[in-house]
Parts: sequence; structure tokens; C-alpha cells
Amino acid sequence: MARIDCNHIRHAYGPHPKSDKDYALKEVHHAFEDGGAYALLGPSGCGKTTLLNIISGLLYPSHGELLFDGKDVTNLSTQERNIAQVFQFPVIYDTMTVYDNLAFPLRNRGVPEPDVDRKVRETLEMTGLADMAKRKARGLTADQKQKISLGRGLVRSDVNAILFDEPLTVIDPHMKWVLRSQLKQLHRRFGFTMVYVTHDQTEALTFAENVVVMYEGEIVQIGSPAELFERPKHTFVGYFIGSPGMNVMPVAVEGRNARLGSQTIELPGAPKAGTSGVIELGIRPEYVRLGASGMPVAIRKVEDIGRHKVVRASFEGRDIAAIVGEDEDIPADPKIAFDPAGINIYADSWRVEIGG
Amino acid sequence: MERTWNNKAWFMVLPVLLLVAFSAIIPLMTVVNYSVQDTFGNNVFFWAGSEWFEEILHSDRFWEAMGRNLVFSAIILIIEIPLGIFIALNMPKKGWGVPVCLVLMALPLLIPWNVVGTIWQVFGRVDIGLLGYSLRALGFDYNYVNDPFDAWVTVIVMDVWHWTSLVVLLCYAGLVSIPDAYYQAAKIDGASRWAIFRYIQLPKMNRVLLIAVLLRFMDSFMIYTEPFVVTGGGPGNTTTFLSIDLVKLAIGEFNLGEAAAMSIVYFLIIMLLSWVFYTVMTAYDAER
Repeated sequence: MARIDCNHIRHAYGPHPKSDKDYALKEVHHAFEDGGAYALLGPSGCGKTTLLNIISGLLYPSHGELLFDGKDVTNLSTQERNIAQVFQFPVIYDTMTVYDNLAFPLRNRGVPEPDVDRKVRETLEMTGLADMAKRKARGLTADQKQKISLGRGLVRSDVNAILFDEPLTVIDPHMKWVLRSQLKQLHRRFGFTMVYVTHDQTEALTFAENVVVMYEGEIVQIGSPAELFERPKHTFVGYFIGSPGMNVMPVAVEGRNARLGSQTIELPGAPKAGTSGVIELGIRPEYVRLGASGMPVAIRKVEDIGRHKVVRASFEGRDIAAIVGEDEDIPADPKIAFDPAGINIYADSWRVEIGG
Repeated sequence: MERTWNNKAWFMVLPVLLLVAFSAIIPLMTVVNYSVQDTFGNNVFFWAGSEWFEEILHSDRFWEAMGRNLVFSAIILIIEIPLGIFIALNMPKKGWGVPVCLVLMALPLLIPWNVVGTIWQVFGRVDIGLLGYSLRALGFDYNYVNDPFDAWVTVIVMDVWHWTSLVVLLCYAGLVSIPDAYYQAAKIDGASRWAIFRYIQLPKMNRVLLIAVLLRFMDSFMIYTEPFVVTGGGPGNTTTFLSIDLVKLAIGEFNLGEAAAMSIVYFLIIMLLSWVFYTVMTAYDAER
């Protein structure tokens, strides 16, 4: 296992990138700690797979360098980097048995057969595939096949990192939970450095200790799931994480107050700096209180989604979402109030610190 | 789901049934009819039973032609299948080279069979043909009209030129359908070029290869037009395949009963061999 340093990495697919727009990856400067479990979260086309392929060596970056434990590997091939990668669709060698599939990476590297056998048996145990070692891989279910893909990474004990590229896309929902918790267990037991690409926030938040949110070729925030939820650094993180996403509305800030149309919202403190540009107030639906006092809203729709209800309302001519408990009643003359703890202020989409 | 029973639906199949009857079943039955009867002309037929079949199965002429067919098909498969795979593997997967290669590959397939025969008939002539004349000039004693070996080589090279493209196109279709992730995974697993071919490309081409082998076997076993145009079955009988012999028998000698019996035996053999190929190649699929 290794620590992975991305040193000012930029990547463009075209041959002559001119402006920032030509870069699929604008600039990534980040370290993946040894033994960490990271999720790369972002919408399709945000550059997360590009970054993953740069780490695994399937792509070479246009600029910047990649270090494994301080050693420059930027120009090394995939084999030399010793990386395992699990793809979106399970990749298995159809004609081989499960056992031979797992042995394949070792045999290719000329490992002596007794060692191959020992490692494969260990891996079969680890992944829970021991019962089907002798079966042809082609006849297995999608989740079993995906375990084989994973197993081919695990079998090489010296891999520097295991990379996952949306590995649960084709897995049935109930198996997703099982596989995800098995991955977590493997991580706890063996301490692999794992990087997990996904566009599914639930997957990212449950899998990783550190979630790296990417947007338009840039890392916009790195943090624990709680940090991403409570203090999104960028309005995109607010929209993207949470269901429904954060409410973002343009406001005018004066000292400790934010004005939106005819309403004045009291902030927990005065924003510290940089209140020029487009100023927005962001608040998650979880912090919007619906009740008899506060600012008037017009309710358009109530979605009952089981554990709670999502209220879609119109507030000063803008859409706003609020979450209320399953048993709470919707008042006849609805008013909303913002919980100060959940208020964030954004200048040009980036979060501004609020003073005490 | 509730099933609806409506026997009128059978009438919907009637047009197809009629079409198939007139185009396949009735002609086939005519052949069967001829094969069990004999005639001395005047449209008078009398029952011959299995005589024609016995005659065919005991005739050296039939078995020699059959032997030539089997050797020819074997040579064709041995050359065209690996060559087709090899060319498909080396064709570009993207860029401007793709349409260029596809058009080049499709060209021989677009030429009518008798034209292919004529092209090679002229091409191979020692007096005016580019191939024949050049070989002569280079000192080879090439003459497909007199030399059985040269005749065979010409017919085989012609078939390879004409039909390898089909194998190439089928294999290429199989190859481009392999997702990139397989090659990436193979890279990560440290697989060699050979291992990639053996464990990724070949298994993924399995189905199209089955189609390619079946088509090439059936077509080469039924080959008629091209050798007929080039060699006319000669020199002697050395390139007389079953189909050429059949036409000689039916039209040249007007021996309808024997020709009909031969047709049926010929048809059954093609079906049997195709079935064997199919079973052998799909046995792998069923194996779990």
C-alpha cells in the first residue's frame, strides 16, 4: 500500500489545449493517504474517471506528476505501478474458472505455482467465492463476477492501491449493500488504500472516510460526509449532496442580516470577507422549519417519501424545499424559519466564513 | 396473463406457408420424386425404389468428387479462418482507417460470383493474364489449364481472395464489441498480447466465428460458379466438385434420377456436417 500524491495534475484529451475549457481535469493537487478510503464523487463528465485512470496509468496526464510513496511514477506503465482497478462492468475471463481468473494476474507475473495456489485460496476466502472456485466464471451472477474483478486485485498482496470505477452500477440494489459493507470490512481488516469513483452520494458517503467532490474538472471540496453535509464549500456540493439538495437563493447581505425580497433573514454572524460578486444564501431543507411563525410561503406540493415529507413551496417567488417529519402536520397558513446553524453564505458560489 | 385463443390467427401464417411451399418444399419434393423413379422419355415414369441411391453410393465418380469437396473445404477453412482473424486483429479500431479498410474488405464480396471467376480466368492466363504471364516470366511453370496442382492453387487463391473478407468482417464486428474495460483490466493484470488474444478476444469472437465457419464451410462445400468459369472442372476431372458433377449429370447427361438421388445425398451431407460443426462449437457454450 502506498500514499498517492497528485502534484498539480492537469489533463486534456485533445492534443493542443488552449483555454481551461479544453481540460477534462483542470488542476488536481491532492494526496491520498496510505490506507485511506476515498470516494471521488461528482456528476458524469466531471473528470473523476479521468483522475482514476491517471492514477492507474491507463492515461498519462498532460501536466503534473504522480508520486507513489514519494517515488515518481508519472511515466510508468500500469503493470509497473502495481495497481488494481475494478471497472463499472465486471471484467472476467469467460473461459476460465473462478480459480484461474484469480490466478491470472499472478501467473502473468511469473509467480511460482505453489505461491499462486496459496494466494488464490486466501483471496477466495476473503471474497467469499471459495464454494465456486472450480466453476466457469461466465455462469455467475453480476455481483459474483464483480467480486472476481475485485479478487484479481486483492490476490496481488503488494498492490499500491485498489481503484474502483463505479463498481456497483450493474449490481442489484440489495446486493449493493452487501458488497459495500464487504468492501468496508476488507478495508478495515487489510488497510488497503482505496479510491472509489461514484456519482451516487449514498455510495460515497457510506463507503469513504474522505469524500472528494469533483465538479467540472476540479476538486471543489474534500471532507468527511458530515462536513460535506453541514458546510458545503461550494454551492454545487450543496446541490449534489443531500436529497433534495440545498436551497440556494440570491440575497443582499448587510452586516448580520441578509435580505431577500421583502424578507430579512438574521444570520448567525456577519460574513467575514469577500461579500462582493453574487451573494447567495444556502440552507438545507433539513434546516428549514415549517410552522406558524416566520416568513410566509405558498406550498405547492408535498411529497411523502416514507420516513419524512418533502414540502415544495414558493418563497418570495423562488422554489424552496423543506423537510418535515412523517407525523407533523402542514399548517394552514404556512410560515418558515431558517435554523441559524444551517445557514451558509456564498460569494460567487464559494462559501464565505461567518464570524461569531 | 390471460391467453387469447383465436384459431383465425393461423390464416395469418398462410402466405408465408405458401411462399415456402412453392420456393422450397415443392421443388425439394420434385427432386425426391425423380430420385425414386426412372424414365425412358415421353414423360413415362416407373418406380425405381432405392436403385439410384445405391448406384450413387457405389459410384467411384461420386466419392472422388466428394473427396475433392472435403479437401477443398478443409483447405479453405484452414486458410481463411486464421487469415480472417489475423486481418481483423490488425485492422484499425478508430480513425479514418476504419471506413477505408471496411470498404476494401467489402469490395470482393460485392462482385458477382461468375465475374470473380472471369476475372481470375483472365488473370491466370499465361498469354495475356497478369498473374499467369508474370509467373511465367519469373520462371515458374504455371498453367492452370494443364496442371491439376496449378488449377487447384488458382481456385483456392481465388476463393481466399473472394471470401476471406467475410471472415474478416464478422471477426471485426466481434472484436469492436469488446468493451475497453477488458483491455484495461488485462493491462492491469499484466497479460501478454497472446493472453489477451487467447482469453479475451477469442472467447468474445466465439459466436461470430461459429457463423463464419458454418458459412464458409457450407459455401465452399457447395462451390460451383467460380471453378466452373475458371477450369470447367478440369484438367480432366481434377477440379470437378460435387456441384459441377451434379450439373454434368443432370443437364449434360440428362440423367435425372441419378442426379436427383445425388442432390439428396449432397444435401444431407451438408446438413450433417453443418450440424456436427454447430454441435462441436456450441458444446463449449453449454459447458458451465
